[in-house]
Amino acid sequence: MVVLLVVLFISCKGETKQGSPALERDSNVVTKELEVYDFEGLEKFLTKEDHKTYVVNFWATWCAPCVKELPYFEKLHQAYGAKQVEVVLVSLDFPNQYEKRLKPFIVEHKLQSKVVVLNDVDSNAWIPKVSAEWSGAIPATLIYNKSKRQFYEQSFNYDELKNEVDKFLK
Amino acid sequence: MKKLMKLVLVAIVIAGVSAFTISKKQVREGYKVGDVATDFKLPNIDGKMVSLSNFKDAKGFIITFTCNTCPYAVAYEDRIEALNKKYASQGYPVIAIMPNNVEVKPGDSMDAMKARAQEKGFTFPYLMDTNQKIYPQYGATKTPHIYILEKTKGGNIVKYIGAIDDNYQDATKVKTKYVENAVDALLKGKDIEIKETKAIGCSIKV
Repeated sequence: MVVLLVVLFISCKGETKQGSPALERDSNVVTKELEVYDFEGLEKFLTKEDHKTYVVNFWATWCAPCVKELPYFEKLHQAYGAKQVEVVLVSLDFPNQYEKRLKPFIVEHKLQSKVVVLNDVDSNAWIPKVSAEWSGAIPATLIYNKSKRQFYEQSFNYDELKNEVDKFLK
Repeated sequence: MKKLMKLVLVAIVIAGVSAFTISKKQVREGYKVGDVATDFKLPNIDGKMVSLSNFKDAKGFIITFTCNTCPYAVAYEDRIEALNKKYASQGYPVIAIMPNNVEVKPGDSMDAMKARAQEKGFTFPYLMDTNQKIYPQYGATKTPHIYILEKTKGGNIVKYIGAIDDNYQDATKVKTKYVENAVDALLKGKDIEIKETKAIGCSIKV
């Protein structure tokens, strides 16, 4: 079984490499390794106390409503960057999808927001630490700054997202 | 007095605002541990209608909201089947319910459910929440989402809500089998230690 997994892993890597030369010119994301964290490692993205407002979206490539709303987070990243708003996209893709699905997705969609990956199977331990309100369904989004924090277990369209973020900028 | 009026005003405003935000979110009502769960009459993959009241000899149920199309649900398919194999004969059958809107998720259609059940050799009923009326009453928000019920004279009482175990990626690395521990406790007439857990899952498609 382990051998099979290794073989699969290597063959996936091969596939990504073949595809990469054409993609490298698009963005710097391709050449970078994915930032994969357990929850302890991810916590620093959920607890910053600087002057910025953080929009942390939990998503995965296989989650259709997540993929649908990603462009709105990307648009927010573009439009609100100057207003000290930072978007962090936390992927919950499974480890066996990192090479064959997640990396190509990031490249193909030219994601400009920061993408990190959370790989921590003990979700019962960490979901309540993100928010006591979270049942665990994705998409889900946390918006916070040093004085305010709100969690949303829902999908957004751009106007809804913008309106929520505006409340943090007052 | 003025202070009191102010407080009341503030309370009204807060109530108004929170009512607004809650209404925007997904259904968050639903059962808590200790509540009586509703019965239902839903179509099974074999074409028959299934209700909890059909299971005369059952001591309870492992109600599992699941589907074909969610990777987390798929990761648990074999474990759901194993639960039924282990516990149906002891009086706690698995009853799987597919809650998604099939117009949004054609991969969860009745035909697709039949095909998947056959492919995987499911031995439990795999029902469709056709009108999407049952999952909101339970308060399920995602797949997979488990409700363990105990049959009593006062109805089917919710005893556990949450995940199957603590490792969706690798069944061999599970440390705590939440559902098995809960059913084992019920079978022994003991208190369930962990009555509620959280897990990542795919939002139910409306």
